[in-house]
Amino acid sequence: MADGKAALEVEDLHKSFGALQVLKGVSLTAREQDVVSILGSSGSGKSTLLRCINLLETPSAGKVWVHGELIRMRSRSGQEPVPEDRRQVERIRSRLAMVFQQFNLWSHMTVLENVVEAPIHVLKVPRREAVERAESMLERVGMIDRKDYYPAHLSGGQQQRAAIARALAMEPEVMLFDEPTSALDPELVGEVLKVMRSLAEEGRTMLVVTHEMGFARDVSSEVLFLHAGQVEESGPPSEVFTAPRSERFRQFLAGTLT
Amino acid sequence: MLADLHTWLTTASAGLLDGYLYPFILQGMLLTIELALLSLLLAVGLGILGALARLSRSPIARGIATGYTTLIRGVPDIVLMFIFFYGGQLLVNDLGARLAALGETWSLPFAVGWDYVEISEFTAGVFTIGLIFGAYMAETFRGAILAVPRGEIEAGHAYGMTPFQVFTRITLPASVRHAIPGFGNNWLVLAKATALVSVIGLDDMVFRAGQAGGSTRQPFTFYLVVAVLYLLITAVSDVVLRHLDRRYSVGVRRA
Repeated sequence: MADGKAALEVEDLHKSFGALQVLKGVSLTAREQDVVSILGSSGSGKSTLLRCINLLETPSAGKVWVHGELIRMRSRSGQEPVPEDRRQVERIRSRLAMVFQQFNLWSHMTVLENVVEAPIHVLKVPRREAVERAESMLERVGMIDRKDYYPAHLSGGQQQRAAIARALAMEPEVMLFDEPTSALDPELVGEVLKVMRSLAEEGRTMLVVTHEMGFARDVSSEVLFLHAGQVEESGPPSEVFTAPRSERFRQFLAGTLT
Repeated sequence: MLADLHTWLTTASAGLLDGYLYPFILQGMLLTIELALLSLLLAVGLGILGALARLSRSPIARGIATGYTTLIRGVPDIVLMFIFFYGGQLLVNDLGARLAALGETWSLPFAVGWDYVEISEFTAGVFTIGLIFGAYMAETFRGAILAVPRGEIEAGHAYGMTPFQVFTRITLPASVRHAIPGFGNNWLVLAKATALVSVIGLDDMVFRAGQAGGSTRQPFTFYLVVAVLYLLITAVSDVVLRHLDRRYSVGVRRA
């Protein structure tokens, strides 16, 4: 397990959509170079957890720190809290690159344009430098020969690798992966997982919501199993996979492995 | 170059349609095109504002925009045009006079209000047509913006863009492709609707065809000529629109 400073801390996070409570007090800590896999059956709140961290969903309660910086929220009586400072949210989001289940590449831009877009317009990196960096990232994910293609002309696996390059180009402190292989045809899952493994090996801090048990077991430093909006089981994969304490997690494992 | 064109047209059209084709009718066509393009500009501006208002979180903005589109779609174009041309003139001048009177009562140190303003047929035409098609454009643009996948907009936010950046860098350019077919349709209808302005006396090609047809007793010939000229305008538009459509669809199918 990696040692180091906390890159990301979440404390007692709650999220409700109307009367539906999706998260009921989730806490987690990811130190630098940690790879945290978040597991759980559908509806367990794992994607919502990820989306609350970069404020794509506004948490109903709880705190999030990114490298010690607390995302300031303003509570309102009788209503959901709102971020105190939109600029802070934007700055923090630019440090937490997200990879989506549906890739969400910008369809009106080529692969290269997708990768340089946020570095140029959000991080204010000079275009030439951004293009150089983008090309080396595309090289890294094996997409350099497709850099002038539009997303619609690529396979799902290629789109997801381009999306990973887009995330890497931000030089993020933490990468958030929201079921990155769930929308892919089975034969394309491998190429994306391979890239993700290599990122883990080079010491990227990653939070990965996934159904890929192999990835969770072999690559992550920490596994979190969510059930009904709460952390049901957590620990290093060597422990939780061999000797799960929770009966639900045991059933989940049995269900996904058979 | 323009002088050359003038000379060429004069020679080429000499004797055609009893000499009415150029400059008489073709200059009217130029006015029709000017009117159409200026109206289009206004319509696109109003359309973007209207679409944003319809999609806005503010119930007031939504209400105003809904009122605007409902009103425009519910009242005949020609009635709106009369209201603008006759009513607008009265309204503007009444407002100017009242303001001036107010200024005098309060003895303001500076002049307020304005002297009598004459609204020309051209101005009234641009405003009416721009306003009418602004409403249709608003609907087209609203649909186009809604057609942009939610995830692409979300990705913009997730990478730290400001709401303004998300709109100008992602939503707007991604919606162009969806807007082009409706936009093209609106433009063709708009171009044809300019003919209405001849009713309030604008000296466009329809108006001039009426005059020429009257004095030569050949209305059929002249209206037929105008029909062909309108067809020419829309045919050229079609070519331009098809080109635009191809340009903005590069991300969708192989160019």
